[in-house]
Amino acid sequence: MQPFDYVVPQDFREASVLLASGEGHALALMGGTDLLVRIRAGLVRPELVVDLKKLPGMQVIRQDADGGLSIGAACTMNQVANDGLVRERYDLLVQACNSVASYQLRNRATVGGNCCNGSPAADTAPALYCLGAVAEIFGPGGRRRVPIEGFFAGPGRTALAPGEFLTAILLPPFSSGARGAFKKLGRTRAGDISIVSVALCAFEETGDGRRKAVAPRGWRIGLGAVGPTPMRATRAEDSLALDQSPAGVAEAAELAAQAAQPIDDVRASATYRTAMVRVLTRRGIEAVLQSLEGSA
Amino acid sequence: MNHDISLVVNGEPYRLSVPSHRTLLQVLREQLVLTGTKNGCEAGECGACTVLMNGEPVNSCMVLAPEADGADLVTIEGLVQDSQLDPLQEAFLASGATQCGYCTPGILINARALLDRNPSPTEMQVREALVGNLCRCTGYLRIFDAVQMAARSGVEAEA
Repeated sequence: MQPFDYVVPQDFREASVLLASGEGHALALMGGTDLLVRIRAGLVRPELVVDLKKLPGMQVIRQDADGGLSIGAACTMNQVANDGLVRERYDLLVQACNSVASYQLRNRATVGGNCCNGSPAADTAPALYCLGAVAEIFGPGGRRRVPIEGFFAGPGRTALAPGEFLTAILLPPFSSGARGAFKKLGRTRAGDISIVSVALCAFEETGDGRRKAVAPRGWRIGLGAVGPTPMRATRAEDSLALDQSPAGVAEAAELAAQAAQPIDDVRASATYRTAMVRVLTRRGIEAVLQSLEGSA
Repeated sequence: MNHDISLVVNGEPYRLSVPSHRTLLQVLREQLVLTGTKNGCEAGECGACTVLMNGEPVNSCMVLAPEADGADLVTIEGLVQDSQLDPLQEAFLASGATQCGYCTPGILINARALLDRNPSPTEMQVREALVGNLCRCTGYLRIFDAVQMAARSGVEAEA
């Protein structure tokens, strides 16, 4: 690896100043599972690597005052997937985390880092889109919050400005009854980068704005690796909310496929990706419906 | 820039000076000459460099040496206790779960971590746990058998 300096900032302000220094030659480090690969490949040549994970709260999962959950940006995939509160309320995110690479890598890879790479194929992203996650950011202007849809700005790009970094992923309240499914297609059944991924969840909108899923009224469908950013398939969601019969499921899967904007690349053709969105969406809906029946 | 770090490796404390860009794998192999941990892909894909860091398996090629400051590490050299092979190592020998041997240290360390958190894994749980360890010789079946054999012997020893 080409040489660089490594620094652990003492507080958020110092981290921000260090990241803003050197005109792009200072890079943030969370778990390092992407950054070190990119440095070795010569894709990035940092002079300074700023290790953010030891900053206060970065590795903490806690309940927020509004009943939602705050996941520190440097929490590892395994930490999130094994957390009691996440498992109880956000099983969809557990499924997404567990689909990433291997057990060893999930001990280092972080949910925050997964988002900060800005990859449309980020495995936790479709789940975070479904869950209505909000990115909490610290920077020269202080703290700000951005909905996850606004955080992903394009392939490899995020809303982070110079000197800014992700501090937490905020999940709004979801009842323990919400049901989700994450379906991922890679070249192999385990561990590979997504060719296509689809996250789905069903919940019930109630009067007080909280959601529960005993009888599904609302659906969210998130798509990964089929556009410049992860995306929601909102027309498919609306259609499915009205009709969950087999014909309605097929219609929603078709609408999700139409929402996809894939490209041809080394992993798959656009045509294949579109077809697989249709298949994975149908399978995901069926899995959620089955899980709802099982709990009814 | 060099960093002074403290580590415990296989129960032995060390104080080392390490450059920023050196990996934990390089420190283990080149500074501490613990060459049982292998360098495979240097991309977190193959698992040959797996070590236990604070009880959990990690790819040591994906950890910067200064990040490991304060860590408690176990490498393949640390699996032997009082000159006794770990039950997993005995099972690998009995099952013929090793051919060229390059992947074996990483698999043993990762399987040890699996049995520590789940003493009686199903075959599917063994397969899932070892997704991050590539073996190009064995076809994996004897490795899965050996892990389950060691699990059975461990459960029997407890009983």
